[in-house]
Amino acid sequence: MTGTASDTPLLTMHGLSIEGRAEDSWTGIVNGIDLELHRGEVLGLIGESGAGKSTLGLAAMGFTRDGCRISGGEIVFDGIDLTTASEAKKRHLRGARIAYVAQSAAASFNPAHKLMDQYCEGPVQHGVMGRAEARKDAVDLYRRMQLPDPENIGFRYPHQVSGGQLQRAMTAMAMSCRPDLIIFDEPTTALDVTTQIEVLAAIRKIVDEFDTAAIYITHDLAVVAQMADRIKVLLKGDEVEEADTRTMLAAPKEDYTRSLWAVRSHARAQQPPVAGDAVPVVSVQNITAGYGTLNVLENVGFDIHARRTVAVVGESGSGKSTTARVITGLLPPHQGRIVFEGEVLPPDYRRRSRDQLRQAQMIYQMADTALNPKLRIREVIGRPAQMYLGLRGKALEARIRDLLSLIELEPDAYIDRLPSELSGGQKQRIGIARALAAEPRFIICDEVTSALDQLVAEGILKLLDKLQSEFDLAYMFITHDLATVKAIADEVVVMKEGRVIEQGPKPQVFAPPHDPYTELLLSSVPEMDPDWLTDLLQDRADAERCARQ
Amino acid sequence: MGVLITFFWFLVVVAGCLAAGWLFRGIAMRLAPAGAKRELGTAPLTASFGMLMILVYILVAVFAPLIAPFPERAVVGTEYMPWDSVHLLGTDNLGRDMLSRLIFGARNTVGIAFATTVLAFLIGSVFGMLAATVSGWLDQGMSRLVDVLMAIPALIFALLLLTIFGTSILTLILVIAVIDSTRVYRLARSVALNIVVMDYIEAAKLRGEGLWRLITREILPNALAPLVAEFGLRFCFVFLAISALSFLGLGLQPPMADWGSMVKENATLIAFGDITPLLPAGAIALLTVSVNFVVDWQLHRASGLKE
Repeated sequence: MTGTASDTPLLTMHGLSIEGRAEDSWTGIVNGIDLELHRGEVLGLIGESGAGKSTLGLAAMGFTRDGCRISGGEIVFDGIDLTTASEAKKRHLRGARIAYVAQSAAASFNPAHKLMDQYCEGPVQHGVMGRAEARKDAVDLYRRMQLPDPENIGFRYPHQVSGGQLQRAMTAMAMSCRPDLIIFDEPTTALDVTTQIEVLAAIRKIVDEFDTAAIYITHDLAVVAQMADRIKVLLKGDEVEEADTRTMLAAPKEDYTRSLWAVRSHARAQQPPVAGDAVPVVSVQNITAGYGTLNVLENVGFDIHARRTVAVVGESGSGKSTTARVITGLLPPHQGRIVFEGEVLPPDYRRRSRDQLRQAQMIYQMADTALNPKLRIREVIGRPAQMYLGLRGKALEARIRDLLSLIELEPDAYIDRLPSELSGGQKQRIGIARALAAEPRFIICDEVTSALDQLVAEGILKLLDKLQSEFDLAYMFITHDLATVKAIADEVVVMKEGRVIEQGPKPQVFAPPHDPYTELLLSSVPEMDPDWLTDLLQDRADAERCARQ
Repeated sequence: MGVLITFFWFLVVVAGCLAAGWLFRGIAMRLAPAGAKRELGTAPLTASFGMLMILVYILVAVFAPLIAPFPERAVVGTEYMPWDSVHLLGTDNLGRDMLSRLIFGARNTVGIAFATTVLAFLIGSVFGMLAATVSGWLDQGMSRLVDVLMAIPALIFALLLLTIFGTSILTLILVIAVIDSTRVYRLARSVALNIVVMDYIEAAKLRGEGLWRLITREILPNALAPLVAEFGLRFCFVFLAISALSFLGLGLQPPMADWGSMVKENATLIAFGDITPLLPAGAIALLTVSVNFVVDWQLHRASGLKE
């Protein structure tokens, strides 16, 4: 790259404002952002949800979502003002010179066409190359993206490849016309840590090889530290600060940035070891379970004691959620039993007594689907209290208000709201209150923080921690996020393909020597160090070379 | 020129209807309690007009004996008298007053259609949601039974059942309600199937909620929007089915006034360019359109759809 080329930026935004229509008025989503991106440079955009990251990313293509408009400022891409350019001109740019990689590849691919056909559409449409040439090129890119069987993978349908592979196929597709700029909108958010590594490595490699400029949108700081040359922090449509990745990580200027950095600092106090003769609250004993004749769980067993948090970790498909379904009685096991405080629970929830049901509660991953959208908070929380504890009238009202105070929501403001009038974090808090309303001994938390922003998730974890010591609760914490495990767990159960690979107190599981799978999981959690990914890939390559010799 | 004038009058009528709707909304908002006032404010003019028309139909149906100038069944003149100051809409094929029969017809046809639709919805949605919630053999059994019932063309099935059980008003209501409930069952079941897989239903089951509460508090509120929309449509279909049956001679029996049979009885007049026989048909059309205006508005509100 010549010095002069990098002096004229590829993309500039000046005082860009974007408004969205809510009810009958326009409200600002992005308020006067300046942005500059040079050729071959990767800019990371980070912020919580609602910060305007995605809106800004789409604006780089001169595009706004339905119900949004560009209300001020300019977007100049390689000398072309995208705010005034005609639709035809923008259409010519999109796909050919500016490409977009969406968060959910599974939802973005057309399920009715093969990967190859969808790949070829762009280059052929834009007249970059012919169909035969595009196919050859696709195989080359698939190989560069380290997809298995690059010659033939293009002839599969989207549902026939895994999520991580699909995300890489989409990145290859975005590369098909060799664009000058690619926008990555949270491309790894929906993936497991182990898969995420592969996708991150592939994206970084291909962006380097073709010297493409990129805007990388994410809420995960550790990820952006690996990918970006510069980082821009956004909050509610305003820029907080912008700096080189290393400068930003080493010395953030603003308080907000520092709070983002500090988010993973929450750590639970070390609990004293469990007395040898203590009866566990829940004991999962030799469970083998599955759907039909297929066994998803094989001989799974672990104990959960009062005031202890047991984290169950593993990739998707490892049987974590199935274990929860067996404990709650939704899926009666083929073999084994669930013992609650020394008493064997009936395998099917329909045969459990009301008191047995009360003792074990569940908090769900997606608060959106876990709360009935048509019931007011009063009823959502009040119902378990009414049902299990027989509270009525004034006593019930007082109890609901107590619970709302416990989860740190102002009772008067929230008691008569519908779930749709709450934010994601607040919904999750209501989910917690509903579980608490039953006054249980044991709560299953199924990925409760994985759909939330880091700051919000941190708040939820702290709340759970506080409630645990207040009410002597036992938690089973299902997660694939090892950072969360480090923050909250006392004991860790590592699962893979329906078996328990390793289990024990947290310090023991997290200290070497590891089982190879635990090692893979642990080493895949991104760290804030910008050299982490490079070092890790180097280590893994070395290890592989050693193994081969 | 003739086309233009027709078009002009058409516009005048539409404008008049919307103005009536606007006036009605204004008055209703004055009279309504505070809670209902805000909701009324969201009603578009079409919905206001629909509500006004439904209200008019209800008033006419309730106060039919007071409004109608002549009795329902009395022969008060010669056959097919033209419109004049005594018989505002003339007389029918037996010399009964057309306007009076139109007014009494509102009572019979609308009342019966409403009762039938409500019954069909009660049966259909309760069983549909029950099937979705319980699933397993109950679902299979009921769904296959409904398939069998739906395999027989509705009108022919209704004719068959009415011939077997006789043509009293009660049988008419029951027969049409049962046949129509199969359609409602299908809809209710498919809507509920998408709801029962949600986490909040699982949570409610694990809480130990009974079947009835599960259906009425957890599932029904979420299934209401499509069911309400279907209610509007179904009401119109039932309405038309009763009229069709009456037209065929198996619906409401003479001398009861019914809009469907009134069209049939006076159909000969159409050949002479007289629009009188079409008035009952017009009354049916106006009511169905009005109901759908209101239902559209409610659906829009319930589903939270934006433009």
